[in-house]
Amino acid sequence: MKKQIQLLSLAVFAFCMNVLAQENAGLKLPEGFKASLYANNIGGARHIAITKAGIVFAKLNNPNKEGNSIVRLEDTNNDGLADKVNGWAKYGGTGIFVKGNSLYASSNEAIFKYELNSKDEVVNPLTPQTIVSGLIDRRQHNSKSITFDKGNNIYVNIGAYSNACQEKDRMPGSQGMMPCPILDSAGGVWKFDGTKENQTYKDGKRYATGLRNVIGLDWNTETNQLYVTQHGRDQLNSFYPNLYTDAQNAELPAETFYAMNEGDNAGWPYVYYDPIQKKKIVSPEYGGDSKKEGSSEFKDPAVAFPAHMAPMAVLFYTGNQFPAKYKNGAFISFHGSWNRAPLPQEGFFVAFVPFKNGKATGEWEIFANGFAGTENGAKVTNTGKAKARPCGLAQGPDGSIYVSDDTKGAIFKISYNK
Amino acid sequence: MANVSIKFLIKLVVSTFFFLIAVAANAQNTINGKKIYETRCLVCHQSDGGGVPNMNPPLDGASNVNGKDIARLVKIIRNGYDERIALDGMYYNNAMTANPDLKEDAIADVLTYIRTSWSNKAGVVTTNQVKAALVKNKAAKK
Repeated sequence: MKKQIQLLSLAVFAFCMNVLAQENAGLKLPEGFKASLYANNIGGARHIAITKAGIVFAKLNNPNKEGNSIVRLEDTNNDGLADKVNGWAKYGGTGIFVKGNSLYASSNEAIFKYELNSKDEVVNPLTPQTIVSGLIDRRQHNSKSITFDKGNNIYVNIGAYSNACQEKDRMPGSQGMMPCPILDSAGGVWKFDGTKENQTYKDGKRYATGLRNVIGLDWNTETNQLYVTQHGRDQLNSFYPNLYTDAQNAELPAETFYAMNEGDNAGWPYVYYDPIQKKKIVSPEYGGDSKKEGSSEFKDPAVAFPAHMAPMAVLFYTGNQFPAKYKNGAFISFHGSWNRAPLPQEGFFVAFVPFKNGKATGEWEIFANGFAGTENGAKVTNTGKAKARPCGLAQGPDGSIYVSDDTKGAIFKISYNK
Repeated sequence: MANVSIKFLIKLVVSTFFFLIAVAANAQNTINGKKIYETRCLVCHQSDGGGVPNMNPPLDGASNVNGKDIARLVKIIRNGYDERIALDGMYYNNAMTANPDLKEDAIADVLTYIRTSWSNKAGVVTTNQVKAALVKNKAAKK
């Protein structure tokens, strides 16, 4: 008995130490910020959306072990941890958005609309309206992220099913196709009417093009503009070892953050953005030699980030809880790279991009780090070992922000206490 | 009695000799295999063979990599792979590049490296096994 008590107290002690070690849910944050592990193990959570009452909806990449791919989370006792969790839907996907009393969610080829009741419960989990269907899903870059403008227009990313629009994708020596035929139905952001059922390509409009794969997008309500983050192309060194070293591939091309107006073209696959030369450079598949500058018809990024970090979500901060510098600036989540190997990986954090007078200053900083859970904040060498990878971002009604993880499905809540 | 021990000694020397040759040959295999892995496979499958979640499947501990179907592994290395992969309860989406220029012995080397690295203990793949697999794959195509 005595021994059992000893063992028990040892276990309690170990548990306490573990909790202490996990202060701020293991995250590193600026002074004055606190984090809690709002939820864990709900299944790989892509984007998240929050209602005015603070109910969190998470879209899962694949159905979780309960067989659900949309999860509703509620913190009924307001302690920063979700205590009421349930879900529905069988289709995997990325996009989710709350608009008034409607909840929009996307599979990898369609957008569905659900109705919420006064308690923010879904009224029609089995019979959503189909808003758009038939969007291209050829596995590569198939996530359909969604956002709204101030009106009823829904914007959806349709990623290019290719790395650099070669005749044979990712085949060394294969030339880029001219013009790139993918761009008529993918490699851009499309605009649809969020209130109309059963739309497909012909009912929508290609709003912005030349974007290889946009997973993060958000409407800046201050400037009334769409902002997107692009995942830059891979494998410059493996296909063009005479033009690019491993070290150069690790830094090229930049991950880019753009303000996209209607009709804008960011230049994929013809150019990529080199953050060191600070120029658009012609892709080697289109006759580039790592120096030849690309056409000025293509858009320059608002901010260029280090290569391959994989930006997953954009959130313009409109709350009042955080210090003034965050107001109307953008948070961007970075999933963490894999394409920098054999060099150490980068990313696995949430960055903050300050805005001044409605424009990005060009600067950026790490806001929340430590998601990968490495010892003493060491660099991740192998992406599969990262404990959590930041994906979705959303702002709660009290001005806290939430960050989802799409490995096992954690959700972190980050708040500021003066 | 002396006769027996001499016979035994000869046997021992001969078997040690072949054992050492086998070890040396195997070591050569994995060194070359590691080199091929680093230049062609590592970016996607990572240095620990752990792959990238949802995109590139792991090789370390993967049931099919450690399995008996060598012909399938040879086929994937030679021709690449462009289908969604379901492996050990997870799904992976990225396409794999073909390696049409890799010779039989090089495929054997890299497969041996992959099947004996990290936690994998599936063992050596010989050049003859790769040749047989290519013949089998060709026949299956017809």
